[in-house]
Amino acid sequence: MRYLPLSDADRRAMLQTIGVADVEDLFGDVPAAARPVDGFGLPDHASEMEVERRLARMAARNLSAGNAPCFLGAGAYRHHVPAAVDALIQRGEFLTSYTPYQPEVSQGTLQALFEFQTQVAMITAMEVANASMYDAATACAEAAAMACRLTRRRRVLLSGQLHPHYRSVTATQLQFTQAQVEAQPPDPHSGEDLIRRVDGETACVVVQNPGFFGQLIDYSDLGEACRAAGALLVVAVAEPVSLGLVMPPGAMGADIVVGEGQPIGNSLNFGGPGLGLFATRQKYVRQMPGRLCGQTADADGRRGFVLTLATREQHIRREKATSNICTNSGLCTLAFSIHMALLGESGFAHLAALNHVQAVTAADALARIPGVRVLPSAFFNEFAVKLPRPAAIVVEALARRGILAGVPASRFYPDHRELSPILLVACTETNSPEDVEALVGGLREVLR
Amino acid sequence: MSNTATGNRGLTLEEPLLFEQGGPGRSGVDLPDALPVAERLGGLRRRGPIGLPDLSEPEVVRHYTRLSQQNFGIDTVIYPLGSCTMKHNPRLNEKVARLPGFADLHPFQPESTVQGALELLDSAARWLKALTGMPAIAMSPAAGAHGELCGLMTIRAALDDRGQARRLVLVPESAHGTNPATAAICGYEVETVPANARGRVDLAALKARLSGDVAAFMLTNPNTCGLFEDEILAIAEAVHRAGAFFYCDGANYNAIVGRLRVADLGIDAMHINLHKTFSTPHGGGGPGAGPTVLAAALAPFAPLPSIVRDEQGWRLIEHARDSRRKPLGRIKGFHGQFSVIVRALAYMMSLGGDGLRQASADAVLSANYLLARLSEGGLTPAFAGPCMHECLFDDRFLDGTGVTTLDLAKALLDEGAHPMTMYFPLVVHGALLIEPTETESKASLDAFADALLALVHKARSGQAVELTAAPRLTPRRRLDETRAARQPVLRWKPDTTDKGD
Repeated sequence: MRYLPLSDADRRAMLQTIGVADVEDLFGDVPAAARPVDGFGLPDHASEMEVERRLARMAARNLSAGNAPCFLGAGAYRHHVPAAVDALIQRGEFLTSYTPYQPEVSQGTLQALFEFQTQVAMITAMEVANASMYDAATACAEAAAMACRLTRRRRVLLSGQLHPHYRSVTATQLQFTQAQVEAQPPDPHSGEDLIRRVDGETACVVVQNPGFFGQLIDYSDLGEACRAAGALLVVAVAEPVSLGLVMPPGAMGADIVVGEGQPIGNSLNFGGPGLGLFATRQKYVRQMPGRLCGQTADADGRRGFVLTLATREQHIRREKATSNICTNSGLCTLAFSIHMALLGESGFAHLAALNHVQAVTAADALARIPGVRVLPSAFFNEFAVKLPRPAAIVVEALARRGILAGVPASRFYPDHRELSPILLVACTETNSPEDVEALVGGLREVLR
Repeated sequence: MSNTATGNRGLTLEEPLLFEQGGPGRSGVDLPDALPVAERLGGLRRRGPIGLPDLSEPEVVRHYTRLSQQNFGIDTVIYPLGSCTMKHNPRLNEKVARLPGFADLHPFQPESTVQGALELLDSAARWLKALTGMPAIAMSPAAGAHGELCGLMTIRAALDDRGQARRLVLVPESAHGTNPATAAICGYEVETVPANARGRVDLAALKARLSGDVAAFMLTNPNTCGLFEDEILAIAEAVHRAGAFFYCDGANYNAIVGRLRVADLGIDAMHINLHKTFSTPHGGGGPGAGPTVLAAALAPFAPLPSIVRDEQGWRLIEHARDSRRKPLGRIKGFHGQFSVIVRALAYMMSLGGDGLRQASADAVLSANYLLARLSEGGLTPAFAGPCMHECLFDDRFLDGTGVTTLDLAKALLDEGAHPMTMYFPLVVHGALLIEPTETESKASLDAFADALLALVHKARSGQAVELTAAPRLTPRRRLDETRAARQPVLRWKPDTTDKGD
């Protein structure tokens, strides 16, 4: 068994030092009634070659997105990840280290976290960011809980432009707290009026930009209305690449920004792990969930970094902690940060512009198909289209032709019949002109 | 030590922040030109630069390589953090997780195009259910604490469904901080149960606190003192007699995996840290995964999504209306920590039922070996052995030396070993909790014991200052954590950053 270094001779010598005859003697505290007599019915150990073969067979039964024109988004985006990112995060000192509780031998992880926090704060135009949450959906729930603590209010208003998973995770996670979560109906035509709904009981309004159906919205007026009512504006960003081109939430008056970091530096991985981004104002930092890395100095006066403000966290504060989170998305933050470092100011803006151009090109081509209508008037790299048929059926038909055409809104809202013709189409720099031609051609055939 | 002109010391290189490097006129990526099209941003174009530095690929690679060299990892040194299970991370797991058929799958592809991925999730679920003997599992929790949340919310939902409004969750004094924090999110008040003189739950005290107002008892087993709760069957019976649920924190599952079924212990729910017991890399703080096994009474309330198989193949159940259960709702975006689960399945398949049983035996053997060697060398065990996968000492052996547990830990850094968990559990004074895991050789265990005992000898022979001044050989010496908390500097800014004195 290749992962176990002890030989039988080692085991015998160790048992002798311990002073017992058999390793089973060390398990004497286990009640006899709890020792299975019939085994577990599991296969025995297997060679590396065998395990690889069996798992590769499972992998081969999937259509990987790179093998098809892929226009899927809805909160998970396929971007090109530079080769250096994956090579660097696989360095054993990053991959196989623990949470940096011993800062003297964890400066690598800590400095990278400090840089990550800075990058996230910069692109969202917020003052501070934490060292990550699990994903955007759970970050969203934490933001709503934080807003309730800060305002001492209960009412959490969720926009119909907010990702349905963020809505449902927030509702689930807050259901046993004092919070009252009110979700607006899904809003594919961007007609909702949230300002009218903000009142003196409202802890926060949670919106998303670009919206789930693609619409770009200036939330500055909503931010003003929240400020006037003593509520907080929480803005979710499902596609962080948008921040290279689009006005950031901080410039719209956001009090808390949550986001999904996966699209930068991380593969799709069938949706997990994600990378929850979380940023806010400096004055709220002591109510923030999650780990924070801060700058300090060592005994010789040299700059160094540590995890800090731990009195917010569960291992110190227990039932009064701001969150129960412990393990977060460490290695995903590193991948995000390395990709951002490679992009830099110019590359980040360029990447965002490329995504937008691809989406505009595809939207214009799709709009020329009879019966197809592009819904958002302004968008980044994803937009909803209304089809003359149920989108789920169209998607299945195109999948049979090897085209991953988009995500039908009915997958999230099966009870909303009015959403059945709506398809979300996302474009990134990975889509070639041939991909767009294949989508448009396939759609024309299927809709004929 | 003499200072160098650069501040570098051989392989230990000083590395400025990204933001203190680079500049315009270079880039780490080559992207195609964007075609000129009329933008459709509705006037919401970003105004002004962000301020990110521009760097080329060689500069970025060198930056992160140098940073990596300032870290300890399992790949370089023994990392015996109690309750953290820092075992070897097999590279096969990394390789298979990166197969395009797993890594390059979008979560919302049509189900017909992801049958292998759904089969994989189902296969991992079957392994975990077989190992624990539990009938149901929620695969989506993202980490241990998230699994606790899943378990406790499921318990709350089951009690609400019965119309039982219970107010309390009981935890042992020695519980992980995540337990009470999780109970609070589920709307429960927390009361602690004391330990007995043997480091286990005081059964009489537990019984005295159990009532119709208790929703659940949360227990780590083996417990945070590294001991198996030998009265666990009586504990389970008492908890159930009160109409409460028995939650097990599975952080220490590595001691018993492949040897006993937690279902046979009377446990109703337990999360499994795949990044501990099942060897997925901790990555400097995650990502992890915390699938949560559930007893039949809780299974109907498990969160969405779930996976079923019918004549057309595997399907995801993503909505309550498609489920015959009463699911909680969704606790995580998409379908959980898929690529972590791929790694864990590769590990389970590699070790198999026989290998997992041998691994837990070796983990317990190694901890008891260190318990014996270190006790023999003068360290003071907190409780009588044998222990399970980790051994616990208090700091009586340092009495009168002027050296603390922290000093000892920092001195270990200079010796090239990662320290043990310190000052946890809180119930033991100056605790040292040592978990070597099954993936250390005997030579490595001996080297660690020798180093620790040599330091203890120094402490006791009037050389305390060598420990209190440690570490001296690490990339940084002790850091001023008070200053970090009092004057928080949580990001770089162009104007405020200083480089130390």
